Order: sequence, then structure tokens, then C-alpha cells
Amino acid sequence: MIPRIFIPVDASAVSVGADRVAQAMAHELAMRGIAADIVRTGSRGAFFLEPMVEVATLVGRVAYGPVTPADIASLIDAHFLSGGHHPLRLGPPEGLPFFAHQERLTFSRSGIVDPLSTADYRAHGGWRGLEAALKLSGAEIVEEVTRSGLRGRGGAGFPTGLKWRTVLNAPTQQKYVVCNADEGDSGTFADRMLLEGDPFGLIEGMTIAGLAVGASIGYVYIRSEYGHAFRTFSKAVEIARAEGYLGRAIEGSDHAFDIVPRLGAGAYICGEETSMLESLEGKRGIVRAKPPVPALKGLFGQPTVINNVLSLMAVPTILAEGAEAYADFGMGRSRGTLPFQLAGNIKFGGLVEKAFGLTLGELIHDFGGGTLSGRPIKAVQVGGPLGAYFSADMLDTPMDYEAFAARGGMLGHGGVVVFDDTVDMAEQARFAFEFCAKESCGKCTPCRLGATRGRETIEAIIAGRDVERNLALVADLAEVMADGSLCAMGGLTPDPVVSAIRHFGADFRRPFRTAAE
Amino acid sequence: MSEGQASRPAPWDEATAASIVAARGQEPGAMLPILHDLQAAFGYVDAAAVPIIADRLNVSRAEVHGVVSFYHDFRDHPAGRHVLKICRGEACQAVGCRALVDHLDICHGLATGATTADGDLTVEEIFCLGNCALGPSVLYDGELIGRVDAKTLDGLVAEAREPR
Repeated sequence: MIPRIFIPVDASAVSVGADRVAQAMAHELAMRGIAADIVRTGSRGAFFLEPMVEVATLVGRVAYGPVTPADIASLIDAHFLSGGHHPLRLGPPEGLPFFAHQERLTFSRSGIVDPLSTADYRAHGGWRGLEAALKLSGAEIVEEVTRSGLRGRGGAGFPTGLKWRTVLNAPTQQKYVVCNADEGDSGTFADRMLLEGDPFGLIEGMTIAGLAVGASIGYVYIRSEYGHAFRTFSKAVEIARAEGYLGRAIEGSDHAFDIVPRLGAGAYICGEETSMLESLEGKRGIVRAKPPVPALKGLFGQPTVINNVLSLMAVPTILAEGAEAYADFGMGRSRGTLPFQLAGNIKFGGLVEKAFGLTLGELIHDFGGGTLSGRPIKAVQVGGPLGAYFSADMLDTPMDYEAFAARGGMLGHGGVVVFDDTVDMAEQARFAFEFCAKESCGKCTPCRLGATRGRETIEAIIAGRDVERNLALVADLAEVMADGSLCAMGGLTPDPVVSAIRHFGADFRRPFRTAAE
Repeated sequence: MSEGQASRPAPWDEATAASIVAARGQEPGAMLPILHDLQAAFGYVDAAAVPIIADRLNVSRAEVHGVVSFYHDFRDHPAGRHVLKICRGEACQAVGCRALVDHLDICHGLATGATTADGDLTVEEIFCLGNCALGPSVLYDGELIGRVDAKTLDGLVAEAREPR
């Protein structure tokens, strides 16, 4: 049996040298005349250990990390191919504290399988959901997804089954499935990891969505900042098509479904679903007014299911294991698991998939190990650039859609960005407006003009000019933006600003700034 | 690929552009794929491409110009020989990207958006590369680099400015 070595080809792992490690490994093995297969996988998501190299041994996989090219010779000397001892030896990856307490459903394969092998995908539970779905009617699939309690993982948390039923019942021939992979929120990388580490999972989920609602074409809109993910996913689509998992007769059935990967062009707003439809149609990404909802009048004016990568990835599990098995995870109306992403100033950053309900503090301390800098936590932003800033005394908030909403925040796509006590929250509030001004599509006046006026006003506050009057002005502006914008860009930009002012008021009232002028 | 500079872009050529546009013309919603292909070929979208696309897709020239100018990715003139995109998203802010942006400006005279006088290097900002657990991050000629510090930047600038 030829030994198998697993080295991630995930973009994050590559960003800290995984490709160089793979090359050095191949070179060193060849020099010593040792035959071994190097399998390039996605990442399991313990980015603080990347590049993490694994070997398949008689007792399962053994991990080593973080590995540099300079470590390769000593790893081979230490018989790492049979799990030998070495200072970098981490043991079985599943047993690492970071992974041992996770509940991996959506991320059960990333970092484990060869992302471009359909056989490996099948060997790890793949295609079972699709095969179950092929035996059901569209209405039965929708019913199963509805019973699972799955809610959209893109940010809004809308019930997936309800959305699908609307499209299913729409009386037209041509329908579409659109996957939103425009993961623009800073602090998030779950979609990217899956596109690179488990692309067939998304292909399977989209195909099931197509079967459920009667759509024969699906588009995946991937942001251009994810060139690496786009290339991997496009390759996976070609392979799936060549092997009969996509195309005119899916797995020999009389059902047809195909997928077109599309590249965005650097516009955050295109993560908003109607703006994304405009972009797919070849237009500027200007937000559409709703109604009509995309489920009735979506891509090219036809009924369209739009789901996030994580929502669609959850579907094969639901069909394969049953709706109840999925609904057993979670709390309240937040069922299943959510892949949280620990980011920013965090010691053990990466992907943590857990059932809803653990607290923000457990996530940051128990999984994340606190800040990278070792300094105290000052602020945490959850849910991307439009998410509220929480202070260190709010870490007892449970990770649950409703619990977050009750504290003026949102879970969004599950991104958690940690800041230490060196952060200036007035500067973060200024940035929130700056970002909105750059990325606003321009349709709604409160967003288009408000963002620029907001930035100017925060700059005046930072400079110590008329602080209280300008803070009142910002509060007023925030209300106008929230009430007078069509989409979340203008509607939620006030959240990071207002929460920063509310929880970190001292950062906006610094007397020395006035003195410095 | 729009973000990479792996192969040197060719000088603008109308016949090549027309064939690129024609190759995609039948696809539904072909505008963005066409613009990406043009930029991959020439390094930017020449104004002369606008009427070709408008004609092929049966839309107005204003509409094509509107799309080209809406998206941050599309350039109306060529970038430097190398492109360094530095992430300014919140996760990178939390680990010091502001200081890195300042370092490029102060130590190398490269403000965000600037190109060196010799055309060797363009520095741009970008918002999130999905490498948020290993920031600060940059994209150098399409290659993602994590845990970047001032020394990494010095090395990249030096590499970009090496005599050809």
C-alpha cells in the first residue's frame, strides 16, 4: 500500500506556504526514492495550524503542523509516514481540542477528501441526499426541507422550505436556482472553504434544489476576490458533468440540471440578492425593489431560488439523514448547526461548526483561545461590516438569530471578528460609513449620500468639533438610513456605528483631540 | 482572471476584442464574463471595446459604460506590471492592516491607488480576501499571502521593482 499524504490546497493554507510544503515534500520523497501519494485537500479550518500535513496510518490519520518546507527532511527521518513522533506531531486531527467539541455536518468533508474526486466524495457520504431526492417528488423534497427547520445561512435567516415552496408553486416553465457565493463580509470564509474543499457538496445541494422546484439551470455567483475558489469549483462542475452528476440525465434519471459558475467583479453590494440578479443578467448591481420577490420574479424575470452556499450545503444531509436528524441540533427557532468563523485578532482562528446556542464568549475563549496579541478583548463584530459591535461584557450572548437580534446585533453569515484594546471605535465607526460610501449601489438617497455625510460627521467628532451636536446628528442620520434604504447596505450600516457609539462612548469623546487641534 | 497578472497582457487590438466578445455573445447575461475576458487579455477594458460589446449584446453604449464603471475590478487603463492589493477589511484591521497601508505610503511612497512612476507596481485596496483568520492579507499578482508584515511588503516592493 502506497502511503497517502494530505496537504491542503485551500487558499488560506496556501497563503502561509502549503504549496511550498507540497513541493518540498514531493522533492524530498523523490530524492529518497520513497513512493507516496500526495493528495491536495481543502482545509479542516484550523488555520492557526496551517500548513497542516496529515498521513493515513493503520490507526487513522495523524496530523503534523504547522509545517514549513524546512521541516520535511526531519519529518521523514522521524517516520511520519507511519505516524512517528516529531515535535510537530499533533496526533489524530479529530482529537485536537479545536475539533473535538465541534458538530460537523456541513463541514464533514472539507480537509478530508480530495475535493475533485467524486468517488472520494461518495466514500464520505456524498450523493446519498441526491439519490434520496431522485425518489421523491418536488413537493416531497420541499416538505422534507421545511420540516428540518433550515433557515437561510446567508444572513437573513429566512426559512428555506418556504422559499422553495413559493418557487415550486410558481406556474412557469423556466425556473432558476442561484447560489450566492458572494461572501463579501470581512471575517467570513466558510463559503470559500467549501467551494475549495467540498465543491461536490454544493453541486449536490443545488441539484436537489433544482429537483425540488423544477429548475434545470443553476448559477453560482462567486466573488472575484475568490479566484482560487472559482477555479476549483469550475473544475468540479466539469468533472460532475463528465461523470453524469450534472447534465441531461442526472445519475441516469430523466431529470436535467446543470450549473454555470459566474465570477463577480468586486462589488460588495452584489451579495444582496436582487443586486446579484442584476449582475448575473449583465447589468450594474443596482438593488431591486421588492416585491416582486425573486422567488416569483427573479433571474431574467423568472421564479428563482436564491440560497447561500451554507444553506444549499445543508440540504444533502437533510435528505440523506432525514429532517428530524437535522432539526435535533440547535435551539428555539434556530435549528441545525452554523459554521462560525473566528477571525481578526484571535489566537486560534478558523472554522467552528456548532449547533446554535453556545455563547459568543465560549466561541472566542474555548475555541479561539482569546486574542492573538494576548491583550484584552475590547470589541467583537459579528455578522460582517454591517453587524453591530459588541463590548467585552456582552460575550454571554448565545449564538442564535433571535438572541442576537434582541441585543441589536445579527449573526449574519457567522463571521466573528475580534479586536483587542488597541482598537479605536470612533475609527471603526468612521470606516463603516467609508465602506458604505464606497460600496453603495446608489439607488437610495439615504445610503448614497448618508454614508458620505456620516463619514464627514464622524471625522468632525474625531477631531473634537461640536462632539455632542454631531453625535446627535449621526443618531438622526442613522435613523434615516435605516428607515429609508431598500436593502441591508444602507439599512444596516448604522448598526456598527450606533453600537460603537452606544458601547464605546468614551472613544468618541476624547478631550485631548480638541486640545491637539 | 482579473486579479492575476500571471501572463503579460497583450496590447489593445480591436480584432481580438471582437472575437472575445463574439465567443461569449450567445450566453445569457454575458456582459461580466465578456469584460473579465477582455481584461484578462489586455489588462484593462479599452473604451473602444464599449461599442463592440453594445452592438453584440444589443444594449446601449451608455449601459456598457455603466457596467464597466460600476464594478471595482474593471480598469479603464492598464495597471502597473505588478499589482499589490492590500486587504482593508475589519478582520485585517484588527491585526494591523492600517499600519501596513501607512508603511507603503510613508516608506515606499505608494499611497493606495498609486502606481510607481516606472509602471512597475500598482497598489490597491481590497475588501476581504477570505483569509480572515490569517491576516493581514494581500494579493500579489493574484497570489494570496497571509500574516503579512512590513518586511513582507518590503520584499514584495523590492521584487516588483527589480530591473527586468
